[in-house]
Amino acid sequence: MFSYIIKRIVSLIPTLLVVSVAVFLITYLMPGGPATAMLGMEATKEELDALNEALGFNRPFLVQYFEWLGKMLKGDWGESLFLQQSVLSAIGQYFLPTLSLALLAELFALVFAIPFGILAAYKRGTTVDLALVTSTLFGIAVPGFLLGMFFMLFFGVKLQWLPVAGYVPLKDGLWNHLRYLILPALSLSTVQAALITRMTRSAVIDVLYLNYIRTARSKGLKERTVLLVHALKNAAPSVLTVVGQSFGTLITGAIVTETLFNIPGIGLLTINAINRRDIYVIQGVVLFVTLLYVGVNLTVDILYGIVDPRIQLGKK
Amino acid sequence: MTEEKKQAAAKEQSQAILEEQRRLRKEKFLSNPALIIGLVGMVIIVLAALILPAVSSVDPNEMKVLDRLKPPGAEHIFGTDEFGRDLFIRVMHGARVSICVGGAVTIFSSILGTMIGIYASYFKILDNILMRICDGLIAIPGVLLAVALMAALGASIWNVILALTVVYTPSIARVVRAGALVAREQVYVEAAKIQGASDFRILWKIILPSVVSSLTVQASFIFAQAIISEASLSFLGVGIPAPAASWGNILQASKQVLSKAPWTAIFPGAFVIISVLSLNLLGDGLRDFLDPRVKGGRKG
Repeated sequence: MFSYIIKRIVSLIPTLLVVSVAVFLITYLMPGGPATAMLGMEATKEELDALNEALGFNRPFLVQYFEWLGKMLKGDWGESLFLQQSVLSAIGQYFLPTLSLALLAELFALVFAIPFGILAAYKRGTTVDLALVTSTLFGIAVPGFLLGMFFMLFFGVKLQWLPVAGYVPLKDGLWNHLRYLILPALSLSTVQAALITRMTRSAVIDVLYLNYIRTARSKGLKERTVLLVHALKNAAPSVLTVVGQSFGTLITGAIVTETLFNIPGIGLLTINAINRRDIYVIQGVVLFVTLLYVGVNLTVDILYGIVDPRIQLGKK
Repeated sequence: MTEEKKQAAAKEQSQAILEEQRRLRKEKFLSNPALIIGLVGMVIIVLAALILPAVSSVDPNEMKVLDRLKPPGAEHIFGTDEFGRDLFIRVMHGARVSICVGGAVTIFSSILGTMIGIYASYFKILDNILMRICDGLIAIPGVLLAVALMAALGASIWNVILALTVVYTPSIARVVRAGALVAREQVYVEAAKIQGASDFRILWKIILPSVVSSLTVQASFIFAQAIISEASLSFLGVGIPAPAASWGNILQASKQVLSKAPWTAIFPGAFVIISVLSLNLLGDGLRDFLDPRVKGGRKG
């Protein structure tokens, strides 16, 4: 088990190196480079040259890259050009609302997807199955922000059940916190709910016709026990993988949803950074979210190995 | 039997086989509702996008202050937006932009991804380098990478295409590489090598045809994704700059007047959903249609 984990982590190193180059390139390729971002568009050529010289932006690419990488590894992600704080502390400050939103959305997605996925698999080929599969097709095709707009209109403006937009931190009470997150989380979760429903359905169908399920049935076990304990347990690893992948999509989907619902999370931080050309923040957010995404998927892979011992035995 | 008669019989037989194949293919097509619905949906949207803006004399950017936020009716079937612009014409122009951007992204990333995938499958050293780069790019969540690239490049239609091509090329490369790896183990590739075919010929004439079907399936999903991504980027204000009409732009503008004029979001939204749905169905349908193991549209 231990060597499996080590191997997985080592195999990530080249991927992360590529990620770091890509992220560095984002600032490097920016027309005018960081100097323009700092001085603004009106800066004269002399001013730009002077700043480039002073900060070392006119040195060769590789020299700049390795210096940057060294700093990043030491935890120095640069200073925001506008927020009067370091990039890491800005991310830390804006991350909590995004995390809350993504977790709630993941929870919603699972609450809908797992039961519906099992139901569709169990009723395979019937009208119930067809209806569920058709709704997943729609779920995947609707962009989250569009759904969010209509949720806002219907539940916020017309029915006034929930606040239209805004955010209240957790310390002001759990219900207050959640009230503001329900609509954005619902609209964010739809695509994931649809994807996880489909995955659960096909994973359960794959095991439902295997011999051990027949054995369980012929032992006289209740249908519910067969489905929920025997079938779901073996379908779990593939569902788990989709859940891991969906987390990255949720965090990025949150960028759009947060802008719509005015939630002060990573998404709003990014959009504000783009409008002000605050490049170190943009760079930091991309790197942070990618590391998070890679980390979640690594955890899922390791869990996968624990849940399903065959993974480690079958060395690839 | 004379030689002539033999030939005639053989010809007849091959004719019969061809006809049988054609009949089976037709049967497989007709028993595949996803493929048919997806195809019909896309054809309608593409035709509407091509024809309607061309025959209509209404300028999509013409503002009429008196006609602000008119609900759908006889004069403006989709209503008007907050500047009094005709929404129907704008949505049709938006279809042009969104389909063109989605199509361009699909074509560019298919070409690039195929080149990367096919060379990676054939040359070991390239494989290690190219696939690690793809792994790295896939590790960065797609919309975020596109947003960051747009921030660096600046908002314009070509930059949207460029950014989304960067985002989607790696997944095409992966699919093509996987298909090509299977194909190159086949006997006919071995035979071509022994006959002295060049690497170039083997890659493009012999291996490429066997990955086309999985490429097509992947490409239709990428098309759908690209439409959603373009809409998201434009909705965030980092995509195609206003006043050009794209579905994302129209939706972004409708955000301000949503409670007064929900139709400004309903119609462009419906078009996004229908086109994405059609493309996804097309992809699902093609997967079954092009898979030789699936008979008559149902998985065996």
